[in-house]
Amino acid sequence: MIDVLYFAWVRERIGLPKERLDTGAETVAALVDELRAREERYAMAFSDLSALRVAVDQELTDFDAPLAGAREVAFFPPMTGG
Amino acid sequence: MSEEAGIRIVVQEAPFDFGAEADAFAAGRNDMGAVVTFTGVVRDVSGGLDGMEIEHYPGMTEKALAKIAAEAQARWSLGEVLVIHRHGKLAPGERIMMVATASPHRKDAFEAAEYLMDYLKSRAPFWKKESAGGAQSWVAAKDEDEAALRRW
Repeated sequence: MIDVLYFAWVRERIGLPKERLDTGAETVAALVDELRAREERYAMAFSDLSALRVAVDQELTDFDAPLAGAREVAFFPPMTGG
Repeated sequence: MSEEAGIRIVVQEAPFDFGAEADAFAAGRNDMGAVVTFTGVVRDVSGGLDGMEIEHYPGMTEKALAKIAAEAQARWSLGEVLVIHRHGKLAPGERIMMVATASPHRKDAFEAAEYLMDYLKSRAPFWKKESAGGAQSWVAAKDEDEAALRRW
């Protein structure tokens, strides 16, 4: 089981901030493929990965990152702090 | 809030007292010849901004800011480092955030403050949503913010 978190417009497109998933996905990219196949709102949110960033266990990483042992994956647009 | 090795990170919804924070920062250190402070303010570019809402990623935000601060400390000769960043609803003119650096030398204090700002703009998990005339829109990240990281 893995917690999947969504922030900013990704959260708005998918319609929830967080969900718990039972997945065998080995990488972030494989998880994204699973999510895209679920429903149109996921396909829309993940239509352009270049517009997204991902963190695994609260560390920024990339879409090739492995998910073995990960507890939390978060998807969000590029950050705008400051 | 985390406090380790002269690093203080504060992520909060409430406003902060810039004067009190600046006064307290590096107080009692007589080996720090330079203190640089920077404050970010909600700017109304078009004249029609009603306000802004800042979303963040609780847990990751504090970690990301502490990491950026630790990297600055490793890179320059620094004493204290302070980062305060707000989230939630803010009105035009309100202070969003503040960075302070203390160093024996002015160049280190200035450069470290700029480094902190450049990194926290695009590596700390905050997202801004502006409200203007009843419409809301997410602020897009700027290419130049990403480009700014390359100089370090």
